Amino acid sequence: MEQMNRNMEQWKDFKKGNWCSEIDLRDFIQLNYTPYEGDRSFLKGASERTRKLWNKVSELLKKEREKDGVLDIDTHTVSTIVSHKPGYIDKDLEVIAGLQTDEPLKRAIMPFGGIRMVAKGSEAYGKKVDSDIIKVFTEYRKTHNQGVYDVYTAEMRRARKAGIITGLPDAYGRGRIIGDYRRVPLYGVDRLIEEKRNELVHLEFDYIDADTTRDREEIQEQIKALGFLKEMASSYGFDISKPAGNSREAVQWLYFAYLGAVKEQNGAAMSLGRVSTFLDIYFERDLREGTITEDEVQELMDQFVIKLRIVRFLRTPDYEALFSGDPTWVTESIGGMGLDGRTLVTKSSFRILNTLYNLGPAPEPNMTVLWSVHLPCEFKKFCAEVSVHTSSIQYENDDLMRTYWGDDYGIACCVSAMKLGKQMQFFGARCNLAKALLYAINGGRDEMTGAQIAPRFEAVGEGYLDYEDVMNRFDMVLDWVARLYINTLNLIHYMHDKYSYESLQMALHDKDIYRTMACGIAGLSVVVDSLSAIKYAKVKPVRDENNTVVGYLVEGNYPKFGNNDERVDSIAIMVVKLFMDKLRKQRTYRNSVPALSILTITSNVVYGEKTGNTPDGRKKGEPFAPGANPMHGRDTNGALAVISSVAKLPYRHAQDGISFTFSMAPKALGRDEEARLNNLMALLDGYFKKGGHHMNVNVFNRETLLDAMEHPEKYPQLTIRVSGYAVNFIKLTKAQQLDVINRTIHERV
Amino acid sequence: MEIKGRIHSFETFGTLDGPGIRFIVFMQGCPLRCIYCHNRDTWDVSGGREYSVDDVVAQTEKYIDFMQSSGGGITVTGGEPLIQVDFVTALFKRCRELNIHTALDTSGFAEVEKVMELLEYTDLILLDIKHASEAKHREITGVGNDKIKKFALYTMKKGIPLWIRYVLVPGYTDNEEDLRLAGEFIESLKNVEKVEVLPYHCMGAFKWDKLGLEYPAANVREPSKEEVARAAETLTPKKLKLLVHSI
Repeated sequence: MEQMNRNMEQWKDFKKGNWCSEIDLRDFIQLNYTPYEGDRSFLKGASERTRKLWNKVSELLKKEREKDGVLDIDTHTVSTIVSHKPGYIDKDLEVIAGLQTDEPLKRAIMPFGGIRMVAKGSEAYGKKVDSDIIKVFTEYRKTHNQGVYDVYTAEMRRARKAGIITGLPDAYGRGRIIGDYRRVPLYGVDRLIEEKRNELVHLEFDYIDADTTRDREEIQEQIKALGFLKEMASSYGFDISKPAGNSREAVQWLYFAYLGAVKEQNGAAMSLGRVSTFLDIYFERDLREGTITEDEVQELMDQFVIKLRIVRFLRTPDYEALFSGDPTWVTESIGGMGLDGRTLVTKSSFRILNTLYNLGPAPEPNMTVLWSVHLPCEFKKFCAEVSVHTSSIQYENDDLMRTYWGDDYGIACCVSAMKLGKQMQFFGARCNLAKALLYAINGGRDEMTGAQIAPRFEAVGEGYLDYEDVMNRFDMVLDWVARLYINTLNLIHYMHDKYSYESLQMALHDKDIYRTMACGIAGLSVVVDSLSAIKYAKVKPVRDENNTVVGYLVEGNYPKFGNNDERVDSIAIMVVKLFMDKLRKQRTYRNSVPALSILTITSNVVYGEKTGNTPDGRKKGEPFAPGANPMHGRDTNGALAVISSVAKLPYRHAQDGISFTFSMAPKALGRDEEARLNNLMALLDGYFKKGGHHMNVNVFNRETLLDAMEHPEKYPQLTIRVSGYAVNFIKLTKAQQLDVINRTIHERV
Repeated sequence: MEIKGRIHSFETFGTLDGPGIRFIVFMQGCPLRCIYCHNRDTWDVSGGREYSVDDVVAQTEKYIDFMQSSGGGITVTGGEPLIQVDFVTALFKRCRELNIHTALDTSGFAEVEKVMELLEYTDLILLDIKHASEAKHREITGVGNDKIKKFALYTMKKGIPLWIRYVLVPGYTDNEEDLRLAGEFIESLKNVEKVEVLPYHCMGAFKWDKLGLEYPAANVREPSKEEVARAAETLTPKKLKLLVHSI
């Protein structure tokens, strides 16, 4: 077997190694990739074909917007890897084939997660799902959503309704699983099936318990999915049972693997992994052999990206309110450094960013640069330039993450790092920590409704709030909420595995994987400033007629998060560690390891709406800051003080990621382009050196955004970064648009 | 006794007042009364908060990484930093020890003898030239410009790099003959490395409002890009233009 593989025609000129005998992508990359330290001058523009194709897609996107964001829905077909016949935008113009359904932007229904959501989502856009599909998924085939609701406890339902734990993936696909899609081009599907069959042999024991039974069933499902993947590719006229033999095949095979995943699963975040440097190996080989030109390589990249830009899922209006702008999080991790000190930046790191020029800015794929202070200078400069021109890049600290995850990890969704093909997470949305603090003050009652949500205990007494007293209560509420939160996730993911298993994505993983239970918090800066106010100023509770504390009088000043002030920044660190330690104490489904993110996506607005007045002076209903951002308008020392405060948040206690969004007017970044690029590079270097984890960089004028609100038709491609992802500005709700505008830092006058 | 400085505020991410990323210290108090002032709240010498040199150095040091990787440093502006010259001198001395690039943003309105020591520790001067004519200078700032000219000549004698900044205020500082005169003066200063023409903007008006004061420049419009470019052409010394063209 090994001998045969080593001599594979498709692998000619590749340096052989362990990757030939075992599935070992990292080994292949390390042995074969070509680091690139040069500048952008080799880059090519879009080909004629690409331009024509993109024009067609742009027309369709326009139609989609005009139809309230959904062009069409196939309500007759349950989506699977092989459910739809081949679809094309324009066959003659497409270099890379494949669509989710038989027509571009036509959305599929995926009822295994929940039939009600499919019905609701279709109705929201004036469509009705076939009655026999409804019948099957109501009467004969249970869904994930039904499973979860069957077993929810009364307490879980109360907490969910009150919004102390929210955004839970109990009514939509959990996502945040990255199939190692690179395995398909490198090995071909047959080899992957063979490996999976071997895995089954390793799951034959004297006593087959429930866990082993589940593992065996899952692997069977994976093998089935791989078979379907071949069938789907074959319907487009490609045989992917063998490895890809050239650049075009490599991109095509890889895309098929990803396409199979997004036909099978409507996951919240369907991230791509780290493919550009992998593909670069094929490009370099073909360029060396003279079988492809740079123009053709860029064409492959551009067209691949076009396909990634039009991935669509049918979602409900509820979902939209949390994660608005129709995101899919096709996150691609770019660059970074290798463990041996060589950079993982290749020419293809430039090429994929170059699509933002060739096709114009767009939110997807979610371009994520793994930043290291050691990245080649020219690449840093190019990134800075793309950021200043398109606001479409997010940056994450490779120097930090490499020590945890090695040099072949990818980012799922926004900020969740995972070793590719070796790790997955159970996505757990987030806990509203600001509400938890209010429960601590109110004896477990909800400040909006007065309902008893947490177990009843005595509320705070009369007079000013006492820091020690509030902290004791807060600690108690966190004990309660951590337990409830993890238990809720335990049963959600049990049901997701059971009824809506991601068989293809998991087929592109090793047998034994590291699983995290990815919890999150929203409202960190509200909690921190509130505690600071209680500690350093005087805060007097105001009660309503039912004796519920509904407001606060704050006397005097207090240090606020975002000013690089140790007095309050230390509270932020304490809160993160406190909550994480409580999560660590819990028992989890499949022995997953609890992790924590500080990330809200756009839900900071919705969470704010559901949360009453807080002791920091924030008014009932006002948005929280996104992710780990300080509350806006409270920083008085400028941007470096803000990012220094955020950089102090401990990644070791928030290993699922710490999101920070930075928006600045071009003028505030420097007087001319050269100064702006220089300052942005220095800003990123400095922030990451201080231990910051993630930064969204937006460079635009407030006036542009205001104009885009008035005249959305003028800005079809205006892209901005919000917490952890990029979005078409004009697709946000009005409240979210205003929230973004309010946060934009202007130049100091 | 330890010297204290009255400071209006800090900006950690200054990108417009000198090269690179700069820690900006806004000193409190100003002897000038520019009618279009955009930091009206920094005039009052008894406003702001008192800080020791140690306080400010401790703040500055937090951002050394950013300064070094961007070629930035510290910029002291105001208000008018020269009215608290002892404090700024002590601050710049310490910055010099820490290898932090120091820039002084000033109107130059001070007795040269009193600021000589400060200039020993100053790496760059951002000099605001408000107007070339003595009478008009008095009209828009409340003071004459002879001290300022002396200050400028002294910086040339010391060879301290000078960036000239000229606020272009339509109807007040944009007269062609006045610009020509200012240009001649700038030309005579051999240490000028850069001339920045700053278009007047009315974004500072709200600060007058907040203090319950009438904004004297309320009827002034913002200059066009072409006007700014024309002024820059007149004000920029020939050798710098050559430099620009040869790049």
